Amino acid sequence: MKKRLTMHVDLDKFIPATNEEKAYLVQMRPSSTFFKDGCKRLLKNKVATVSLIIIIIITLASIIIPIFWPYGYEQQLGMQIGKPVDASYNNLFPMQYSESELARKAAGEFVMPHFFGTDAAGRDYFIRVIYGTRISLSIGFFASIIVLVIGMTVGSIAGYCGGKVDLVIMRIVDIIYSLPDMLMVILLSSVLKQTELAKVIDRSALSKIGSNIISLFIVFALLYWVSMSRLIRGQILSLREQEYVLSAQATGAKAGWIIKKHLIPNCISVIVISTALQIPSAIFTESYLSFLGLGVNAPMPSLGSLASDALNGVNTYTYRLIIPAVVISLIVLSLNLFGDGLRDAFDPKLNG
Amino acid sequence: MSEKKFDETPLLEVKHLKEYFDINDGLFKTKKLKAVDDVSFFIRKGETLGLVGETGCGKTTVGRTILNLYEPTDGEIYYNGKLIKTKEDIHEFRKKATMVFQDPYSSLNPRMTVADIIGEPLDVHKLYNTPEERREKILELMNHVGLNSEHATRYAHEFSGGQRQRIGIARALAVNPDFIVCDEPVSALDVSIQAQVINMFKELQEKLGLTYLFIAHDLLVVRHISDRIAVMYLGRLVELADAADIYDNPLHPYSQALISAVPVPDPKTARANKRIVLSGDIPSPLNAPSGCPFRTRCPYASDKCAESMPEFKEYKPGHYVACHKVDEEFNK
Repeated sequence: MKKRLTMHVDLDKFIPATNEEKAYLVQMRPSSTFFKDGCKRLLKNKVATVSLIIIIIITLASIIIPIFWPYGYEQQLGMQIGKPVDASYNNLFPMQYSESELARKAAGEFVMPHFFGTDAAGRDYFIRVIYGTRISLSIGFFASIIVLVIGMTVGSIAGYCGGKVDLVIMRIVDIIYSLPDMLMVILLSSVLKQTELAKVIDRSALSKIGSNIISLFIVFALLYWVSMSRLIRGQILSLREQEYVLSAQATGAKAGWIIKKHLIPNCISVIVISTALQIPSAIFTESYLSFLGLGVNAPMPSLGSLASDALNGVNTYTYRLIIPAVVISLIVLSLNLFGDGLRDAFDPKLNG
Repeated sequence: MSEKKFDETPLLEVKHLKEYFDINDGLFKTKKLKAVDDVSFFIRKGETLGLVGETGCGKTTVGRTILNLYEPTDGEIYYNGKLIKTKEDIHEFRKKATMVFQDPYSSLNPRMTVADIIGEPLDVHKLYNTPEERREKILELMNHVGLNSEHATRYAHEFSGGQRQRIGIARALAVNPDFIVCDEPVSALDVSIQAQVINMFKELQEKLGLTYLFIAHDLLVVRHISDRIAVMYLGRLVELADAADIYDNPLHPYSQALISAVPVPDPKTARANKRIVLSGDIPSPLNAPSGCPFRTRCPYASDKCAESMPEFKEYKPGHYVACHKVDEEFNK
């Protein structure tokens, strides 16, 4: 008998859901990782995106252009074997041609123009700026990697071990921190020039870059890791109190495992950001030292040494100073802005 | 619960366990904080020992010290009759004894997928030969705790508290342990989820023959799951007995007060029960009172309590108490 007025649900009216219907109701948010979220936020930031594009363009240009460019960075165009020196190549203004080039052009040949003119020795200035950018960028990049590796290792050991180990490491860091770093860089690079190491470098494949730059790397490695290691130590000090670290310890995991699997991945955003901000400061230091004459060995150009050379004819050839200065500023500015964008995108403390 | 029969040989035995922490007191002075002071008990195979007590009485420290997460200041831990002392012992012991943590939010690494979290103990102890074997083991563990296999590639922050705690339990089960320290595993969860998780603990115990040290401050939860209950106060055990025994007939004044504070669902009984309200706060373990640590709040405290520490003695079979008053009553 059916009770029409009952509140009870009539079960006969229901049919079981098919598997398809069930599957339809399961709503799964696509799995999103921290990294993906951060990238999304980064791409929304217009300034950072534009900076990233500029960095990519400059980097690619400095890698690709030297491959097909008809002039070499050390090639003095007026000096050709078996021919008298052609002084008309020297000190060309932008887009100017030398006499022999004009003759070739008149004959219908294609001649690659000198976009930035040539320098006093008849070298194409454009390719020199490109090479200078290459040197500056690679110094910034490698120096930051050295700083990153040393800073991360030391910082994570100090942070994780704590106690006496931490105390000793941090006092060493304090001492290095209190040294005037520019003075140390200049002193060390002039001292390293006198040592055997410089001679070994000059004989090896690295001689083109020059012992100065190698000593610059060493100085960077010795001095600049301290702020990175301080930063990472601070992060790790707070992270190691987390229960998942305790859980890994309860499992029997060793210190190396815990640092590698738990602590470093959880401060990776801080590491990436400070490395990104380290690159421009390394580039800056390099330019600065090259400007003072402590940078790359001639004829290898760097942006700093180009600017320094340009001082000789600054009244007539002002653009020779302006071009490398603009490139340095562009690289440093866009890296800094990109680093800031990275921090905004990946540092959860800033965006709540 | 107490009908269950256990082997008489204890699986884990703790003797005179002490854990003192150094606390900075002034520039070069340190003070000893006696977090755990002379605690002895044993747990039989397959049983659950509930450990209750106020916040800050050293429950968690006991659990962590047993697993050697803190190096014990003094005392011995025997597992299966074997003393755990050297590094190798500890490493082996950690394949047999694991831990479930209180906070399901901070105990899972936010940068690891569920499969990696559960698989971590397998990786650490190298308990598999091929990646497929690892995957199979992880899926089996997830199945044990009621998680879907499609959850394996997700991150911990995508789960609710109850599910996170299940992940934590699956991780504790990964090495196929005999003994699990459950450090307030449900106190961070909703009441409805608590019941699910507690029942899962019981099911797993039946299925896998596990032994638990169940730390909690919720007496109802402890009563539900425990075979025996130990009550702690200021780093010391004050009473240890069968769960039913301690609820019906608590001997120590502190246990009496605790149990009278348990809410009863029936209002009639609740009104009939007289609640013992303790005055004062738990003293700081940095300057614990002389003699019996409870005497400052004990309604029966006498001069004798201030003079000497009461012995932790067995007054009825399986019922241990540390109290001068109980001692006098039984000696009459």
